[in-house]
Amino acid sequence: MNVLQASALILVALGGTAVVVCRDPLRQAIVAGVFGLLLAILFFVFQAPDVALSEIVIGTVGVPVMFLLALAKLHEQRDDTPEIDQ
Amino acid sequence: MSRRGRLALFGVAAAGLGVVLVHGLVGLPAFGDFHGRYGLLLAHVAVPERKATDIVNSITYDYRGVDTMGEEFILFASAIGLVIVLRRMRGEHRDERADERADEDRPGRRHDDLPDDRHAQTSVALRVFGLALVGPVLVLGVYFASQGQLTPGGGFQGGVILAAALVLVYLAGRYHAMARLRPVPVVELAEGLGAAGYAAIGVGGLISGSSFLLNFVPQGAMSNLPSGGTIALLSAVVGLEVAGAFTLVFAEFMDQRLLTGGRR
Amino acid sequence: MSFLPYAVAAWLLLVGLYGVISSRNLLHLILCLSVVQASTYVLLLAIGYRTGAKAPVFADIPPGTHVVDPVVQSLTLTDVVVEATVTALLLALALQAHKRFGTVDPDEIVSLTG
Repeated sequence: MNVLQASALILVALGGTAVVVCRDPLRQAIVAGVFGLLLAILFFVFQAPDVALSEIVIGTVGVPVMFLLALAKLHEQRDDTPEIDQ
Repeated sequence: MSRRGRLALFGVAAAGLGVVLVHGLVGLPAFGDFHGRYGLLLAHVAVPERKATDIVNSITYDYRGVDTMGEEFILFASAIGLVIVLRRMRGEHRDERADERADEDRPGRRHDDLPDDRHAQTSVALRVFGLALVGPVLVLGVYFASQGQLTPGGGFQGGVILAAALVLVYLAGRYHAMARLRPVPVVELAEGLGAAGYAAIGVGGLISGSSFLLNFVPQGAMSNLPSGGTIALLSAVVGLEVAGAFTLVFAEFMDQRLLTGGRR
Repeated sequence: MSFLPYAVAAWLLLVGLYGVISSRNLLHLILCLSVVQASTYVLLLAIGYRTGAKAPVFADIPPGTHVVDPVVQSLTLTDVVVEATVTALLLALALQAHKRFGTVDPDEIVSLTG
């Protein structure tokens, strides 16, 4: 196992921890996008280009976009019903 | 159980799980020393048999084609479930808002007359680049979905890239253009055709006298575009289905966001 | 040192589980679930790796070259896309829960249904 793979693995571990530790959903969406990119780099280094392509597309376009749209809808619902105690 | 108690219980359980995991993972072959016979056999046999140079996609659509059919149907079912949940929510919300917005529907109102604050929010750079990139992204998506048997790519990646073009149009602020571009019946038809097409090609194998999902189309020559037989066809069909599913998912989330956001 | 990939997979699993259990926001919980999913991808690809081997695409290398295991890559490839759709379904359910209960805190939702 060479240095590139070891550093990619450690970055992925740090990225995963950052996604969990970040409690605010908006910031977490951005951190999750970065985590997806780190995973894709790891998959490239593990000689898996198909999987890396999938992860790039999903982790940067699919999941963050859906998450941000759902978050925006949530804030709107929250504005619509101000009488419910948050 | 209180939150503290729950976290303490989780700490104990996670420690136990960690010990079991480490014990199990140590028993695996050392990293880099994998001798899986199935993979070795397929890597030797796939190119002469199927003339497709991308072994991973040969396995996905041919040697393990039934697994992919199951995964495709999971995707199909999730998209349908999401549409059901969100459309019902949207229907309820629309009923609540119908009387409030009745006075907003002036007769002389133009179709793309967005509220002023929405125009001000989207920067010019985002609009220009968003719209300029829609074409190249569509071409990229079609490229990936059609070259699955030759290079890394395939239906799954190409389908999501095609759906991403819709997101670009939304980001560029042209919601009403987007509403014209993706008439929902066409998208739903595309998704259904993709899911049914996979099973239909599988049945073609049955009809040709042998087993389900047999690769019955002529294989062609290696490194040519029409190689791999049904691998290329199944990849294209999966691309259609994934594009339809993700477009539907994005569109449902966007409708949720935009149809009720106009009043601010 | 060769245990590092498996250790990272186990760490991601445990950290993601901790995030799911200790979360105060349904949306945060869903992204922690995606970290747990990522641990399975790392584990699968780490199992299939062969030292000094190339990617299993014979477009420009002669057939018969030593390649990494392609079966686990096929599993992971479909897995990534499908679990994104399941995440979308979970997001829709979270929106529905917020509409019905008025909160996205898992602790409060449990206490509301009694």
